[in-house]
Amino acid sequence: MLWQQLLNGLTLGSTYALIALGYTMVYGIVQLINFAHGEIYMVGAFVGLFLVITWDVNLGIAMVGAMAVCMVLGVLVERIAYRPLRGKSSRLSPLISALGASIFLSTLMALIAGVNTRRYPAVVDLSSYSLGPIQVSSMQVVILLVSAGLMIGLQFLVRRTRIGKAMRACSQDLDAAALMGINVNRVISYTFAIGSALAAAGGVMVGVYYNAVWPYMGTMAGLKAFAAAVLGGIGSIPGAMLGGLTLGIMEIMGVAYISSSFKDAIAFGILILVLILRPQGILGEKKNKKV
Amino acid sequence: MRQLEQWITGIIDPYYLRIIILLGINIIMAMGLNITTGVTGQLSMGHAGFMSLGAYTSAIVTLKLGAPFWAALLAGAAVAAFFGFIIGLPALRLEGDYLAIVTIGFAEIVRVFFLNFEPGGKAVGLSGIPQQTSFTLVMITTIVVIFFTQRLLSSRIGKAMYAIRENEIAAEACGINTTHLKVLSFVLGAFLGGLGGALYAHYMYYISPQDFDFMRSIEILNMVVLGGLGSIPGAILGATILTILPEMLRVVAEYRMLFYGALLVILMIFRPNGLLGNIRLYDLLKPKREREVKPCQS
Repeated sequence: MLWQQLLNGLTLGSTYALIALGYTMVYGIVQLINFAHGEIYMVGAFVGLFLVITWDVNLGIAMVGAMAVCMVLGVLVERIAYRPLRGKSSRLSPLISALGASIFLSTLMALIAGVNTRRYPAVVDLSSYSLGPIQVSSMQVVILLVSAGLMIGLQFLVRRTRIGKAMRACSQDLDAAALMGINVNRVISYTFAIGSALAAAGGVMVGVYYNAVWPYMGTMAGLKAFAAAVLGGIGSIPGAMLGGLTLGIMEIMGVAYISSSFKDAIAFGILILVLILRPQGILGEKKNKKV
Repeated sequence: MRQLEQWITGIIDPYYLRIIILLGINIIMAMGLNITTGVTGQLSMGHAGFMSLGAYTSAIVTLKLGAPFWAALLAGAAVAAFFGFIIGLPALRLEGDYLAIVTIGFAEIVRVFFLNFEPGGKAVGLSGIPQQTSFTLVMITTIVVIFFTQRLLSSRIGKAMYAIRENEIAAEACGINTTHLKVLSFVLGAFLGGLGGALYAHYMYYISPQDFDFMRSIEILNMVVLGGLGSIPGAILGATILTILPEMLRVVAEYRMLFYGALLVILMIFRPNGLLGNIRLYDLLKPKREREVKPCQS
């Protein structure tokens, strides 16, 4: 029972982690809570669904297609809603702009696809295997493997490539990075593209796993993922992964051993407790206040 | 007062009357959030949590205890203010976006609590709340709230709160008790949020947890940011625009929220500091060139 719940938590947590990475990367560079990120995840789930329905493609192609579309969408949202505001206003106005973009995207999708919950046709055989006392479904294996793969890929990109180096420089100090000849706007576009692609992959997999896609699914998932990013220490990439997994496991455990009707409250309750004890998050760096 | 009410309901169309009453309630709540977020700079994204505490407390006091209306209003506001105090405490250790997620989390916990709260009718909500919120009452309350907020912001406490927003360390170095004032800003914001919620419950007959979700918090925050942080006329203007705009957008029917979202983005691009950023009430009365121009950084 415990191991089964742990596995379910890990599955849920890795999808949270995929979305949380987008929040944390964007936050690390431009200090903005990208509230439209949850909607990008929702659009990803829908693009995957359309691809599967229209061209009857397999899960892999649906996921790649959704990631490509969402990369473009993420960069577009940044161009239209955030870039004009950068550097010339308080930190709250991009936040409102982000919320506006989020309302716009979810309503647009509701107009295109209707407000009803849509179901994924069977793209993977949903058989499950017994591994000792626990049942592993094939979709869980897919989610865990793909998430792990994407996260390793992201680590490689950030640690080993030129653009990754530029991203790390920008997250340390945007102005200094610009002075060193880094094209800051390009780095920010890349960050949005990568974050959005990860969210889209998460969206497709969650859509298949829970067999439900609807236009307002992004709001709660976005909030939870943001909570995961903060829990791990916002701005830190390993923090977002750890925060996502922690939140997923805690939530499933809470549902299993406390009460299922308090599902959403449990996640946020844990978050508040952790933040009171450790205000910078689990892996966040404590910044000294400077005058 | 009753005659005045009858006279007004006689000449104003019920549809407009409803919008004006909801506008008054929105102004009261925007005033509250303006103190917390606009003036003191503590980003709160869970104002709907305080609103729902005020609404449910007052509704239960009225329905289950049969208490008079004024007692229900006070009870609602007081319970919300108490929770404002509780949520203000972590605010002492957290900053910016960390605080934002704690307030979001708080509002979600409140929502889930009322979804499972037996005396509150669980997910169905509470209905049959007597409609005691009248036009005159809302107008009088709104004016009183605006007056007191204005006095507060021009007082020593208000100026100290602005100082905390501008630079907390400098404010502390000047001898301002930042701990005390940050909690106070949450208590005042929550009090007005609860008062607005109590008035709302006694106007709508019916409340349910869905009325106070994340989108509601965002709506109130939008009013404050759109109008201009820390500005009383700004919060009034923001509340007015965001109450009337959805009504005007009814023409475009199902595209309503699409326009609403797009307009938020466009307004922020062209007026990044809000429509009346940092304009105080008395500035409007002065000749234009004497107005104090300050950068709005928070």
